Amino acid sequence: MKQSSLTSNDIDHISTLAHLFLTDDEKSLFAIQLSAILDFISKLQKVSTTNIEPTSQITGLQNVFREDEIDTSRMLSQKQALANAPATYKGYFQVKAIFGE
Amino acid sequence: MELATKSKMFCGCPADHFGKEPNSVTCPVCLGLPGALPVPNKKAVEWTILLGLALGCTISEESKFDRKHYFYPDLPKGYQISQYDQPLAINGKLGNIRIRRVHLEEDTGKLQHQGNDTFVDFNRSGVPLAEIVTEPDFRSVDEVDLFVKKLQQMVRYLGISGADMEKGSMRIEPSISMTNSSKLPKYRVEIKNINSFKFARNAIAYEIERQTEMLKRGETPTQQTRGFVESKGITVAQREKEEAHDYRYFPEPDIPPMRWESSQLSAISRLLPELPDLKRERFMSEYGLSEYDAGQLVETRQRAEYFESCISEKTSPKIIANWIINKKIDLEKVTPAQLLDQIVQSTQSTSVSDDELGKIIKQILAENNKAVEDYKNWKEQALGFLVGQVLRQIKGKGEAQAISVIIRRLIQRR
Amino acid sequence: MESNCCYCSIVKLLPMTIDIKSLTIIQALEGMRNKKFTAVDLVQGCLANINKYNDDYHVLLTVVDEAVLLTKAKEIDKTDYSLPLSGIPIVLKDLFSTDGLRTTAGSRVLEGYTPVYDATVVAKLKSAGAIIIGKANQDAWAHGSTGENSDFTPTGNAYNKDYAAGGSSSGSAVAVALGMCLAAAGTDTGGSIRVPASWNNLVGFKPTYGRVSRYGIIAMASSLDSIGHITKDVADSAYMLSITAGKDPFDATTGGDPIGRFVPSRMTLKGVRIGVAPEYLGVGKKATKGMHPDLEERIEASLAALEKLGATIVQISLPYTDVALETYYILCPSEVSSNLGRYDGVRYGNGRESFGAEAKRRIMIGTYSLSSGYYDAYYKTAQKVRSLVIADFVQAFEEVDVVFAPVTPGPAPKLGEYADDPISVYLSDIYTVPVNLAGLPAIALPSGFVDGLPVGIQLIGPQWSEEKLFSIGNAYELRTNNRR
Repeated sequence: MKQSSLTSNDIDHISTLAHLFLTDDEKSLFAIQLSAILDFISKLQKVSTTNIEPTSQITGLQNVFREDEIDTSRMLSQKQALANAPATYKGYFQVKAIFGE
Repeated sequence: MELATKSKMFCGCPADHFGKEPNSVTCPVCLGLPGALPVPNKKAVEWTILLGLALGCTISEESKFDRKHYFYPDLPKGYQISQYDQPLAINGKLGNIRIRRVHLEEDTGKLQHQGNDTFVDFNRSGVPLAEIVTEPDFRSVDEVDLFVKKLQQMVRYLGISGADMEKGSMRIEPSISMTNSSKLPKYRVEIKNINSFKFARNAIAYEIERQTEMLKRGETPTQQTRGFVESKGITVAQREKEEAHDYRYFPEPDIPPMRWESSQLSAISRLLPELPDLKRERFMSEYGLSEYDAGQLVETRQRAEYFESCISEKTSPKIIANWIINKKIDLEKVTPAQLLDQIVQSTQSTSVSDDELGKIIKQILAENNKAVEDYKNWKEQALGFLVGQVLRQIKGKGEAQAISVIIRRLIQRR
Repeated sequence: MESNCCYCSIVKLLPMTIDIKSLTIIQALEGMRNKKFTAVDLVQGCLANINKYNDDYHVLLTVVDEAVLLTKAKEIDKTDYSLPLSGIPIVLKDLFSTDGLRTTAGSRVLEGYTPVYDATVVAKLKSAGAIIIGKANQDAWAHGSTGENSDFTPTGNAYNKDYAAGGSSSGSAVAVALGMCLAAAGTDTGGSIRVPASWNNLVGFKPTYGRVSRYGIIAMASSLDSIGHITKDVADSAYMLSITAGKDPFDATTGGDPIGRFVPSRMTLKGVRIGVAPEYLGVGKKATKGMHPDLEERIEASLAALEKLGATIVQISLPYTDVALETYYILCPSEVSSNLGRYDGVRYGNGRESFGAEAKRRIMIGTYSLSSGYYDAYYKTAQKVRSLVIADFVQAFEEVDVVFAPVTPGPAPKLGEYADDPISVYLSDIYTVPVNLAGLPAIALPSGFVDGLPVGIQLIGPQWSEEKLFSIGNAYELRTNNRR
């Protein structure tokens, strides 16, 4: 994956996936900066990784569960749940417009 | 399937969110607050494995959770914790339909639209969901109907979910494509918003027709998601979002993977109850019941177990079956012991022998001279009176007509 | 009580001069228990330094109300100071959720956010009697190594406010150095405790991944975040860990046996094998156009001190050091892009347009690395190289007890020096990120001054070897006496 020059289409696509609504200036700047970063990290392609297992977890733990019990100690009241919301209505969070629709 | 656990999938909030005040059953975890972390519910995992076993699946030796990313107001973390390439169970079968996989994930919150505004309630966020995916083995609406009902029965047998479509504890999303050849078509249409078995039939039937018409016209249906509109009985295209399909799955770093020893799996499989098909076969052979009767009895586990609790030497399984199936007994209100009593009493009373009856009639005639004389003098009401007296004596367990015939034979009229 | 009144009035006449800047936790507890001073004195000392320095150095984003602090301190003064952190003033990096106290993550997105719950570590500190003084400035979302990515004015170095404090736990380090608290909690995902500690002449501790609960701490990269602290000396560091460490039912990635009380036990390092990798001392030169020559000298001096203590210096090799940085800069942004997905402005915070430039960059890179068509080449490949980096250390620890390494290629840069050059900042993480990739514990120790600014070295141990690090670090500290 040598090519790492990001086009403005790429930037549009990524920013939509990431739900970031960039200004045109940001898009231009990022096209340059992100391409440079991608060049930097693309060095990884040269490393031989045949037969190497990917690491997702470094603790070595497995089968960590909780019992199916109700834990009231962490439960929030409706008031607490809504405490930091910019807009609420009768106990609901209010979203002004459905994202992107 | 919404699993009927006490607590949610990744936190200790009650899973029961029905009828609660909005956003009153949450905690930092299921509300997706900054800093919160998930810890999986052991029972939800065990029940999903149980479901996999009941569906004849292979339980994956190694399994894990993955993050599935998309943005929507009802998805608090911006990702759903689900399972991607290592689900808990794979490759099973129910009837003729192959099961591709069974995996475990968390539910989202609930959105409500009113005009231009959208309201979100996170009470449901984090409830455990077991998702069952089949292979594209269905060839008709009937097959789908049969399958989903069988699946519902199975899940209820296991006692892991209410599996109620109207309440939302069971949801189906059919994917439909039509083809002339034996090869799978390149497109697939997914239908959402189906809230009952009836609507499922309607939606699928509509969609089959819609696609068939398009193909006849030489058009290929677009790969898309469509919503079922109940009021019109049709499906409509939902807004197409190509990016929405890039879920950017990666292994959930906050939850260690799961690895099962065969002893653990054996322990879980011991929790498997006798499943409906096997139970039906056994009822047929052990109790000599017809396929129909046996089928009726095993409809629900509750009914089947109730039936078996009634089995006694006092009466035959066939009679018990008959009572349960035909007489609409309220299994909640009548205990098996009480039912057995009722059956025994009624079978005893219905077999008032002819001799017995003859004796009682003669006794009544002897005790009611006046009525007998009246009847001899052609007063018809007297017969009715005498029959009534006999019926009272035998507690109604007899036929009025038959009794009047016997009385008439016994009384010589002038 | 009359005697108290007498005591108080005497105190009023002779102002209490506790030098918070040089007082350790252990000394403070001793002082209170021996009635040399009170918790109120400690709080007042800290507040005096906050008043003196905060405006110039931009250390704390939120300071707890004075009346509240004094009330808490007075309550503690009524006890016999038996709780392990009775009355000890602590600062928390602004990633730690504090119930009822604003928590910003250094970002404008959360500038108005007040959590409704405490992080596990916060609850533990409170239960131990600690007094939370305030929330420290930091690189927004922990994205940075200098502190300059704060959405608020960046923190200045305690030794020269025109220089960077180091990041991302910038305010945490400077708060300790300037006497605004006796210890500060922080996080270390790629060096974020070790770097600011080193640049402010302090001990920075990064525990084994999973040793301390992450519950309630705003996540940066879930498989890399380690919860640690910054203190004046090793004994305090070990003490803090004994309070914060422990398996937490709310964090499925925690583990480890309970931490015992640290007892300094070694006066020599005889028999201790210390690994030095040429990749560390060579790579710095290539990556950042040369390590500062005076820093090279300090590193040599540090190694000499360890040898004088009896340790054996062993040449080891960590061949994948070379690509550890790239691995980190794929894995970290990927997890970041995921963890920052919850900030949609619906339940809390401002909208996503409020993210700063660095946050947006990392979200974009991360999204790209995880996206369809790129996942295998980027994210999955990075996970594989991670396995190789881990294997490097596993191999090294067959041959040595701990690995010695620099923390940064040089002392703190001037504020603004790397303004438009994010990659140069990434490159300076060369010594710190491999430790996070491998989930290992590491301790950063003061190692003198370069150009008038503090520098540090670090010791890295195998997983769960914190006690060994404290033990060796303590001996080194006593020998070098670098904290002047």
